Amino acid sequence: MIMDRLARAFDDRLRLSPLTRRALAKVFPDHWSFMLGEIALYSFVALVLTGVYLTLFFDPSSADRVYQGSYAPLDGTATSAAYASTVRLSWDVRAGLLIRQTHHWAALIFVAAILVHLVRIFFTGAFRKPRETNWLVGVTMLMLALANGFTGYSLPDDLLSGLGLRIIVSVVESIPLVGSWLVFLGLGGEFPSDEMIPRMFVSHVLLVPAVLVALVSVHLAMIVRQKHAQFPGPGRTEHNVVGSRLYPSYSLRSLALFAWVLAVLFALGGLVQINPVWLYGPSAPGQATSPAQPDWYVAWGDGALRLFPPWEIHIAGHLVPAPFFPGVVLGGVTFLALYAWPFLERWCTGDRRAHQLLDRPRDHPVRMGVGVMALTFFGVLVVAAGDDIIARLLRVPVYDVLYVLRVLVLVLPVLAGALAFLLARALCRSDAARLGELTRADLRAAGQGADRRAGGRRVRAGEARAVDEPELPTPDRPGQRIELWPDGGVWRWRYRDEPAGVTLLNNRAMLTEREAVDSARLAYPGVDHVAVPGPPPPAPPGRVRIALRRWGNAALGVSLLVAALRQRRQRHPDGDGPRPE
Amino acid sequence: MSRRPRVAPAPSGVNRRIILSFLVSAAGAIGFAVTYGLGGHTQWEGACLAVAFVGLATGLAIWGRRLVPVGGYVEEHEGFVPPPDEQALTAAALSAPDSPIRRRGLLAALGLALTALGVAALFPLRSLLPWDRARPLRARRDTPWGPGVRLLTAGGQPLRPGDVPAGALVGVFPEGGTDAGDAPAFAVRLQPERFTRPPSAGHLDGLVVYSLLCTHAGCPVRLYLKGTGRVLCPCHQSSFNLFADAAPVAGPAARRLPGLPVAVDADGYLRATGDFTAPPGAGFWSRP
Repeated sequence: MIMDRLARAFDDRLRLSPLTRRALAKVFPDHWSFMLGEIALYSFVALVLTGVYLTLFFDPSSADRVYQGSYAPLDGTATSAAYASTVRLSWDVRAGLLIRQTHHWAALIFVAAILVHLVRIFFTGAFRKPRETNWLVGVTMLMLALANGFTGYSLPDDLLSGLGLRIIVSVVESIPLVGSWLVFLGLGGEFPSDEMIPRMFVSHVLLVPAVLVALVSVHLAMIVRQKHAQFPGPGRTEHNVVGSRLYPSYSLRSLALFAWVLAVLFALGGLVQINPVWLYGPSAPGQATSPAQPDWYVAWGDGALRLFPPWEIHIAGHLVPAPFFPGVVLGGVTFLALYAWPFLERWCTGDRRAHQLLDRPRDHPVRMGVGVMALTFFGVLVVAAGDDIIARLLRVPVYDVLYVLRVLVLVLPVLAGALAFLLARALCRSDAARLGELTRADLRAAGQGADRRAGGRRVRAGEARAVDEPELPTPDRPGQRIELWPDGGVWRWRYRDEPAGVTLLNNRAMLTEREAVDSARLAYPGVDHVAVPGPPPPAPPGRVRIALRRWGNAALGVSLLVAALRQRRQRHPDGDGPRPE
Repeated sequence: MSRRPRVAPAPSGVNRRIILSFLVSAAGAIGFAVTYGLGGHTQWEGACLAVAFVGLATGLAIWGRRLVPVGGYVEEHEGFVPPPDEQALTAAALSAPDSPIRRRGLLAALGLALTALGVAALFPLRSLLPWDRARPLRARRDTPWGPGVRLLTAGGQPLRPGDVPAGALVGVFPEGGTDAGDAPAFAVRLQPERFTRPPSAGHLDGLVVYSLLCTHAGCPVRLYLKGTGRVLCPCHQSSFNLFADAAPVAGPAARRLPGLPVAVDADGYLRATGDFTAPPGAGFWSRP
């Protein structure tokens, strides 16, 4: 009631209902892989909420402070205010440790979700025109997430993060010409400076999150504007989106996902210890801890630093130290390659068309190969960040592990990439639907340069182009039609593909017949229109509802049968019909 | 506005499951509040919140899956190409005769002003490194060590040669600069006859002092493998052979650890006789 009046009050002032009606009816594709970005979004929300709580107790200062609190081993120790307040907030603030650990877990999952989301976008070609801009925004957000993860990791000023910060400082210092100046400007002096924690704090809680919020908004606004891409399927064209509506279906499902993310984060934050800074002790310039592993998302850089050989070069008497190549060059090349990929691919394939239908990963064997190669490379680097632990577990010398990994990091990606390329090409050329269905002949054919089927991929791409071309209508196929009908004061339409057994209802009511016709023509160019008289046919049943109905029918049948049998049994003793009362 | 497509009435079991889920969620929330009120307990609090959100998630998921239509809708896509006439009209509006973007001369002047402002805005960034602090190159080369600086232990005690046991690293810090990031060093006692290369900073009857900072990425090389006379960095496993003047022997480090020349003063304490033989820690562009 009140909500209704409030909504009307706003609508009367802002004229929201036309917009709202379209927004509520917005169609999202039904595929699990479209939810990965949402996991990142909800982790970010969790990060902001838990982070705000932490700022109320954290003291971002390098000033000397004597820790006094219930963690006895450190009680009375002189540490930095940042470290002392972190230990205090973990041990003496009720729910403080829960929130701090949840914050840390949320950061790990945030970056992981971004990465998996990026992998999905990459392998399905969702970054192609017109979505290149959003790809750039996304890669920028990944970079900011990594940076913010690192500053957050360093804020408690514990021994482990102190080592990590020292390594990053060394990497920045290795940049030719400007490295030392960058470090000194950033830290306000030589490492470790008194300014570094306050400055990282401002960057961690204000600058980077503000940019992230802005970029998340841009990212989402562009998705709404451009609409979701979708996988190919019956009834799905380059001119429509097929799935469920934002309201009611996706608002409920998305909120459910939000709750799932929070449930996992709080379960981890409460039950799985992470970053116990009180065990590491405060940061000290002459102290180190072993083993020393960073959070997973920086591990690729750490692994690269471990694997890169001790090569230093001199340019005109100036030193370019070893960390420059695995640290600065690798990081720079990685992100440049990510930024450049949509444009590189467009340049290589010459594909300048806008795409609404996604590729299946196999559809583009080269992209598949490159992607698997890159993932394997970074996977080996992540493993290399734990070379000392591997050596300890396997009881072999750490340098043997190092040499093996140095070979693997070069060989394994090439092998994995080539294998992925061949498998994708085999799947693409054969009729196999799944990896398990590939025959040896398929694989052999994939290894050969030309496609055994006349023309090969090029022609098939040509066929796809004919279907994709916005100007050309879909060739009229028998059994496909659009049905229009008046429904009260409005018009509706639906798409039916009898042979495929697909019925798709338009997502919203149309005010006029003309509008309905235009909308249907847009979504299915070239498909015949048929006006059918009302009343409207029932909504297309979902899979669950079909099953329910089937069970319902079966139950009804069984109960009828049982009733009939019982009646007959009741009737039987008497011989003739039921007697009147 | 209009009638929705008819939705089948909820099977009663579904309703019950959703309500049960939300009840579980409320119980979890109450559990959290009670745990907090009773003094707090990280594990219980986390578990209660997890239960609360699992209940919420399950209820919403069942609701979204079973009581509302899933799938089967299509929305038209206007295409990505703007209508040509709209595009032309927009372009015309932007490039009308009185349009600011047609006044190239003024735009150039504006660009100049904005560029100047942008460059000027960079100047205050220089304040990030206060003027009264040492410049990077000098600061990276100089450490608090120098002639006559006493060696202190981590506990702040001055060190005598006899305090350095055989077979252990002793972390040492310069008197008056114990907090400096580039100052940490270690003293260790070796058998002089095993030196394959004499220490560049000299030795006192086998006692040598080297920078503690790895020349790869600056981590302290705290791990000492005494039999082989090697120190190992825990960060990236660079190792240095102390018998060969701390030359890097494995891992990613490329330069030897800088040595610190020391002598014994009249009171029997160890004092540095100069700075490190080279700037300590990771390499940088202007490193000599």
